[in-house]
Amino acid sequence: MRASFSSESILTPDPSLQEGGKSALRQFCRHIVLALAACFLLAQPAFAVQPDEMLDDPALERRARELSAELRCMVCQNQSIDDSDAELAHDLRVLVRERLKEGDSNEEVLDYVVARYGEFVLLKPRLNMRNALLWGTPVLLLIIGSALAFSTMRMRRGREIAPLTPEEEARLRKLLEEQESGS
Amino acid sequence: MSVELGHFALVLAFALALVQSVVPLYGARKGSLRLMGVGEPAALCGLVLISIAFAALIAAYVQSDFSVANVWENSHSAKPLIYKLTGVWGNHEGSMLLWVLILAIFGGLVALFGRNLPPTLRANVLAVQGFIAAAFLLFILSTSNPFVRLVPAPIEGRDLNPILQDIGLAVHPPLLYLGYVGFSISFSFAVAALIEGRTDAAWARWVRPWTLAAWMFLTGGIAMGSYWAYYELGWGGFWFWDPVENASFLPWLTGTALLHSAIVMERRSALKIWTVLLAILTFSMSLLGTFLVRSGVLTSVHAFATDPTRGVFILTILILFIGGSLALFAWRASALAPGGLFHPISREGALVLNNLFLTTAAATVLVGTLYPLVLESITGEKISVGAPFFNLTFGPLMVPLLAVVPFGPLLAWKRGDLAGVAQRLFAAFGGALFIVLLVYFFIDGASALAALGTGLAFWLIFGALTDLALKSGVGNVGPGVALRRFAGLPRSVFGTALAHAGLGITLLGIVATTTMQSEHILTVKPGETVEIAGYSLRYEGLQPFTGPNYTENRGRFVLTERGRALGDVVSSKRFYSVRQMPTTEAGIRTIGLSQLYVSLGDEIEDGGIVVHIWWKPLVTLIWLGALAMMAGGAVSLLDRRLRIGAPSRRKRAAQAQPEPAE
Repeated sequence: MRASFSSESILTPDPSLQEGGKSALRQFCRHIVLALAACFLLAQPAFAVQPDEMLDDPALERRARELSAELRCMVCQNQSIDDSDAELAHDLRVLVRERLKEGDSNEEVLDYVVARYGEFVLLKPRLNMRNALLWGTPVLLLIIGSALAFSTMRMRRGREIAPLTPEEEARLRKLLEEQESGS
Repeated sequence: MSVELGHFALVLAFALALVQSVVPLYGARKGSLRLMGVGEPAALCGLVLISIAFAALIAAYVQSDFSVANVWENSHSAKPLIYKLTGVWGNHEGSMLLWVLILAIFGGLVALFGRNLPPTLRANVLAVQGFIAAAFLLFILSTSNPFVRLVPAPIEGRDLNPILQDIGLAVHPPLLYLGYVGFSISFSFAVAALIEGRTDAAWARWVRPWTLAAWMFLTGGIAMGSYWAYYELGWGGFWFWDPVENASFLPWLTGTALLHSAIVMERRSALKIWTVLLAILTFSMSLLGTFLVRSGVLTSVHAFATDPTRGVFILTILILFIGGSLALFAWRASALAPGGLFHPISREGALVLNNLFLTTAAATVLVGTLYPLVLESITGEKISVGAPFFNLTFGPLMVPLLAVVPFGPLLAWKRGDLAGVAQRLFAAFGGALFIVLLVYFFIDGASALAALGTGLAFWLIFGALTDLALKSGVGNVGPGVALRRFAGLPRSVFGTALAHAGLGITLLGIVATTTMQSEHILTVKPGETVEIAGYSLRYEGLQPFTGPNYTENRGRFVLTERGRALGDVVSSKRFYSVRQMPTTEAGIRTIGLSQLYVSLGDEIEDGGIVVHIWWKPLVTLIWLGALAMMAGGAVSLLDRRLRIGAPSRRKRAAQAQPEPAE
């Protein structure tokens, strides 16, 4: 059940595959099967980024790592391509680095990957109407919650008890002092 | 034979749970003490029966009785005894049995220690516990029976998932379940209060220690799970925002909120309705977590159970309990009288703020976890919500909350003096600011964010110390008196300070590790040396080794610091032959509070190997802070005020020592 769930998700959002020949599709499926095997065997020597993938330019490599942490390994369960050792994650890591070498900005790299694999690949969904509720929840709740708390407190303040008179305060202080010395 | 006995005991426990859920409830309604009295013996007998069932399953595992399907699927005769024992709950059926066992233990404790509760409240609480037990026992018996036999019996078992063959499995699930299920007590009390239409300070005094105990266990369970994932998965991460982790984090967030609102209710009898709602929500989150993990609806690294019939069954339980209790809440909450008044600037106000941020954070995590599932089932579209989303939303919610934590305990009840408290926190603030500057200017590579995060962590720690110092009168009285007062402070004051400081310690670990760690990914050959954070690691090559049920290749590294030998770091790649599964065993060396973390990758030709090496500064503080939080909870539990049966002993205690003026 899991396997079909994952392979569907990869096959549907990618228009380029339908255009590509049957062999490309077959190869892609083989990739998926391999990657699935890697993922579901779970404890594969958990090893993601390989030394031969890494870029020589440290600044570019750092950007590649940052981007990798935001991209999902699509055949895995909640793993970024930076953490995953699946074949597909490897391919995506190489792809990201190739785009960066071409001089793409971070945004352009993400756009490129999304155009190929769909929004499913983003671990941080984009802010759009479809995801409005997702992004809006914290803000909305904070506003509604504070409004509720304040209005409840204000409603109650109407029957607030008068503050202590100076005489009462003096008496209170005396009582407290007595208690203190008694202990 | 003992397996059938266990099975039979479980069926009997189900029948008994039905009695426990109906008879005391009816008795409370009719005012019959005899009917209400059925609750306690039923709860205690249920505990005995479920213990028998659990013991029977343990015996089957220890004897490697592979005629039991559950044992065959998850054990192996060559497995070390400790993993035979822990393997009992390292699978779906066994872990559900552990779940109901813990539920029965809590129910038994209420029956034993609840003598001083009003009889109707006790009867209603036990009835609600009975309902929960009956639902889950039926679930186990009908969809997840661990006692099913196999004919003919196989010769050898299929072994336990190698990832679970770890001491972590002995500690993590039991602690987590003690937390999850512990909140069922708060839930039962909340529902009982709604049935009776009445809550008072005595109710809160009862609910608070149970909530505190459950919270403590959950804190420990989450921290243990985090450390386990850290060293076992080999990625060096301590929190992945995995849906299963979120499922355990949700009740922790709402449970923390409940802990704080229950204080207001107990001390000031305010926030009654809200506290009852939080108690319901917290256990609902526990149930939701059970559903998410046990149904396999989330396909995540942790999910090792996939079976839709189970999912539907748990979903039904979920809807029944959450929907039922919320409907009861909507219907009856207005019967609960509103309590004491307070000014927004007061201890109560601070705790309301705490609740506002914690519940918003919980809702954010909840929506983030469920959004992809809901969106897909409604529109068929697939999106992913992962760590980058949670870091971006949860982080900003926590910063203001943590920033106001030191104010809370210093504010007076009812009406506080914000300026006065700010003045008293001046030293703590100065100290934190000093730390910010120190980190920013004197630690190489520290960003402004790292400096501010460190400052926030120290603000929490200094704030907690300030609270203790002020409450013992430092500055106002002589050192001798202050010391005497310090020793005489109520345990709960120490508990609060310890837990808040623990939060700061954990934050310090998180900030230091995420912003200042260094990392190397490279290929090494025997004899080559890697330099990291002032340490040298010389790779000595791989050596084969055979364990009881695995073989492994151990990579040995010689660790030196400026020529001084610090011994070996051994990292290995293991292979479990029965399940044909490889695992990595990271080489971890703790130096001070920091850790060196070495993980092995693929071998390449001519004896080289890919290694991933991290230097993780102060990383142990993440979990040490959690231990401090747990200790805070434990100390607080020992407070005279919270001790079970406290009301009866209260008079004598009050004479011996006056309550501090708060």
